Amino acid sequence: MEDQQPIVKLDNIAFGYPGGTPILKELSLAVYPKERIGLLGPNGSGKTTLFFIIMGLLRPTAGTVEVFGSRLWEEKDFSDIYRKIGLLFQDADDQLFCPTVLEDVAFGPLNMGKSRKESIEIARSTLADLGLEGFEDRITHRLSGGEKRFVSLATVLAMEPEMLLLDEPTTGLDARTRERLMDRLAQLDIAYLLISHEMDFLADTTDKVHAMEGGKILTDTTVKLHQHVHAHIHGSHPHEHK
Amino acid sequence: MIDEPFAAGNSPIHREDPRSRVILATLFSFVVALSQAFATLGAALIFALVLVIAARLDPKKLIKRLLPLWLFLILLWLVLPLTTTGTPLFRIGPLAGTREGIILCAQITLKSNAILLAFTAWVATMNFAKLGQTLDQLKVPEKIVYLLLLTYRYIFVIEAEYGRLLRAAKIRGFKPGTNLHTYKTYAYLLGMLFVQASARAQRVHQAMRCRGFQGKFYSLYRFEAKTADWIGAAVQLAIMALLIGIEWKINSPL
Ligand SMILES: Nc1ncnc2c1ncn2[C@@H]1O[C@H](COP(=O)(O)OP(=O)(O)OP(=O)(O)O)[C@@H](O)[C@H]1O
Ligand SMILES: [Mg+2]
Repeated sequence: MEDQQPIVKLDNIAFGYPGGTPILKELSLAVYPKERIGLLGPNGSGKTTLFFIIMGLLRPTAGTVEVFGSRLWEEKDFSDIYRKIGLLFQDADDQLFCPTVLEDVAFGPLNMGKSRKESIEIARSTLADLGLEGFEDRITHRLSGGEKRFVSLATVLAMEPEMLLLDEPTTGLDARTRERLMDRLAQLDIAYLLISHEMDFLADTTDKVHAMEGGKILTDTTVKLHQHVHAHIHGSHPHEHK
Repeated sequence: MIDEPFAAGNSPIHREDPRSRVILATLFSFVVALSQAFATLGAALIFALVLVIAARLDPKKLIKRLLPLWLFLILLWLVLPLTTTGTPLFRIGPLAGTREGIILCAQITLKSNAILLAFTAWVATMNFAKLGQTLDQLKVPEKIVYLLLLTYRYIFVIEAEYGRLLRAAKIRGFKPGTNLHTYKTYAYLLGMLFVQASARAQRVHQAMRCRGFQGKFYSLYRFEAKTADWIGAAVQLAIMALLIGIEWKINSPL
């Protein structure tokens, strides 16, 4: 796997919000095609911030972000990464801003220069893939929390990304809906980074789990949940898994 | 907060092309607002009532919607006849009720009812999403259209946020009264609401950028007008022309 080109490569990233304390320090991470990585870390440890940096929404104060080998922030225009990486926001109300579901799902394809007809087709088939037939004309703000989550996922998948960033996709979902989400994720054959506080969900949906702590990703203590269900996320206590 | 009690339905008005409905409603408002003659205003009110019946609006919900207007009109009837100068008709103590005042009140009453009823029949019978698409197709500047649509989308979120903040305060024993503590608490709540709304706006913008938004909105829908739509629009336009004709005949400046 390591001889392939990574989709995303972060090198020694540092970041802090203006006027705040540093949140990320010397953070490095690479995601290769088809890799499914879980991200675990306490509240406020900078997981969402990390996603924003990968998407080019925030500029790191040090270090480099590479997407498919080209460096972000060096060229002026990197609108291209939005076609390749899809971000599912922590709060679905941020993601769904169009009045109806179909308009929202078609928003990305339209922006990518697809015709109206093509966009509608893509939106319909994406919704159908997620089991959301008949949702086209629903009013977005009247959807339930779980429905909002799935429609958000549809809006991101409609852009046919090569990698997904999923920010706590399970919050507010009941056990059944979580199961459904799990099935859908298993069917995707693209790489993703998934933030979650739920160990068992991570164990089922990802191949490895990184822990975030102190502004870094503790790759040395990569948590192997499949072999070892109780997770250790303390980098200061090295712990061998064989 | 904003419900759309009339948006769902299958009346002839609901089926009418939304563009002609918006144009007709706008035209009608201008005609009625600028007319003076009671014949015109009466005819306009009757026309509006016919529209309401054609749209099969639920009378209870309609009255509920008109109630604030009627309360306002009652206030007007109490004040305007006594404060407008002109020929006195009756006296209450030192105040004189004038003919001009009563005419003005009657005009305002007819105009406001006719316009509100017509708007409810034509425009409230489509949901906000459709109204947005319609305005967009009528070449209303997209900034205005999206301002409207985004306001509509997030007013519920902001309302929910306000509810949460207020609950949080109440849970900790906050009881509104007329004291400094109450005002301060409401000021904090309001401040928090603004902060959250602007943070929300920023995140929504980020989410839009993540989906390739570069400042240009593309709309998804195109309405196609059918022959029946043209005929319907023509008939309603003719009625409007008739209203203008009546007004012209009675109050012609020539
Ligand atoms: N726009 C902002 N301006 C200033 N500080 C911020 C901003 N957004 C987040 N922070 C701060 O940055 C830190 C990391 O935030 P972030 O949202 O990345 O955490 P997180 O790991 O996603 O947490 P959670 O698990 O609660 O979602 C927090 O301390 C937060 O207060
Ligand atoms: Mg977060």
